[in-house]
Amino acid sequence: MILAGHRTALRLAVLSAPVFAALLAAFAFGPYPLSPAEALAALWAGPSAVNDAATVVWQLRLPRIGAGFLVGAALAAAGAAYQGMFRNPLVSPDILGVSAGAGLGAALAIYFGLPLAAVQAIAFVGGLLAVAAVVFVAGRVRRHDPVLVLVLAGVAVGTLFSAGISLVKVLADPSVQLPSITFWLLGGLNAVAPADLWLAAPLIGAGLLPMLLLRWRVNLLSLSDEEAAALGVNVARLRGVLIVSATLMTAAAVSIAGIVGWIGLVVPHAARLLVGPEFSRLLPAALLLGGGFLVAADTLARSAAAIELPLGILTALVGAPVFLWLLARSGRSGT
Amino acid sequence: MSVLEARGLAMGYRQRAVGADIDLALGAGEVLCLLGPNGGGKTTLFRTLLGILPPLAGTVRVADRALADWSRQALATRLAYVPQSHAGLFAFSVEDVVLMGRTARLARFSTPSAHDRGVARACLARLGVGHLAERVYTEISGGERQLALIARALAQEARILILDEPTASLDFGNQLRVLKEIDALRRQGLSILMSTHQPEHALRVADRIALLKAGRIVGQGPRALATADALADLYGADPADVARSLPQLATA
Repeated sequence: MILAGHRTALRLAVLSAPVFAALLAAFAFGPYPLSPAEALAALWAGPSAVNDAATVVWQLRLPRIGAGFLVGAALAAAGAAYQGMFRNPLVSPDILGVSAGAGLGAALAIYFGLPLAAVQAIAFVGGLLAVAAVVFVAGRVRRHDPVLVLVLAGVAVGTLFSAGISLVKVLADPSVQLPSITFWLLGGLNAVAPADLWLAAPLIGAGLLPMLLLRWRVNLLSLSDEEAAALGVNVARLRGVLIVSATLMTAAAVSIAGIVGWIGLVVPHAARLLVGPEFSRLLPAALLLGGGFLVAADTLARSAAAIELPLGILTALVGAPVFLWLLARSGRSGT
Repeated sequence: MSVLEARGLAMGYRQRAVGADIDLALGAGEVLCLLGPNGGGKTTLFRTLLGILPPLAGTVRVADRALADWSRQALATRLAYVPQSHAGLFAFSVEDVVLMGRTARLARFSTPSAHDRGVARACLARLGVGHLAERVYTEISGGERQLALIARALAQEARILILDEPTASLDFGNQLRVLKEIDALRRQGLSILMSTHQPEHALRVADRIALLKAGRIVGQGPRALATADALADLYGADPADVARSLPQLATA
């Protein structure tokens, strides 16, 4: 029992090593390459040092790496929560249509030239609308495999919201708004300013807090509603709180990084393989892995080719095959 | 004195009533076995007694207090539910599954303590499956899962248990084991309401039986109530066939 706690702590520590390596690599790689030692030295010297390394590390890379870690961690935590509460290892913010809903909200806000705070608020409303629509539709369809119904409803609602995004793109000013909407929909961190971080971080924290506090009870939502209720949980209220939290985190992530898919699906699975499904162990593992994975993907996106690759394309390259693999083995017991 | 009581209960869903006029009382320290054909309303009745489905009419009282006056959490410390053995979705350890039974005893934002883990282990040991604690719930046998779910209900430390077909889909050896444990729990003073598809199980462990057919209680009383004629009528079978396959039945 105490042993199990130690084992989890050990696994988290082991997990942290590659994550820190990814962070260090992110500070080192880029158009202005630094050695890891130089990067660490620049970080150590502080933001006020007057040299190129300090400027690159503190002004350019730190906000971007911070944003990447925050977005990856938020999407992975939201995915872990969605998978548990919908008893469905195949759902994630993008599969449930939350990303598309938040994307439409954000695209509309950009179209109307609203400030970032409004973009985030409208993205949140869009995401919440999408997940509400999916849950409503899936609840109406009985006599079918509920896992499949939820996924299909998510795909349908996501398609609807994507159509809305396309419409906004057609209407948008092709020289000013369209490029920013398009690039933003592909997902990327190149446009993140430190000010964006200060807006998104508290929202992500606000979504994370209920998950942290309710971390034990989240486990019970993976049982049938009857069982969870008989064990003393107010199922509807708990699920409602978690949907709002996970959607808030997703919308905040989408509003600064665009639609970065697949992380919310794949990372919780990897985390579950490492530390098991118990949410108080799963959540920290998902946060670490999600943050580390996105920072690594972003490092690749900005340093692998002469031009910057959209982040969403890289995460899709990893995520889609993993999703198909999960789908193929979903007949067997979940991880 | 009854610890769980339904009076004039009508149950069902918004558009579809499943049963009506149900009077049922579970006495303290007794085993009451619910018998009835598929679709007779056993599951709906359990859902209503657990407060998951609101009654369409009538009342349910738990420990002499109306069901509606119990909070979910408080109710779970009095009344525990053991569903049919299910596969589970995520690969929780058996100990974690049993620990979920402690939830009603935890403050809202707490996680189980060392004490709770001790209770969970003790409940598994009480059912003779202490060795399963570290195993993965999705990988153990159906019989072991059923025992783990009973251990989870025991971890709630509730004095009333509702078991939904606890012997269904178990092999013969595990059926006997579960029946033996039910008997042991009764001797420890728990009150148990269970459903079963096997009348011989009811005859073995029940103090009283209730017959549920088409959403109505058609008989409630001592085991002797289960005559070949009564069971034949309940299940739509031939009395001679019933008498042949259950020679231990009281003859009318």
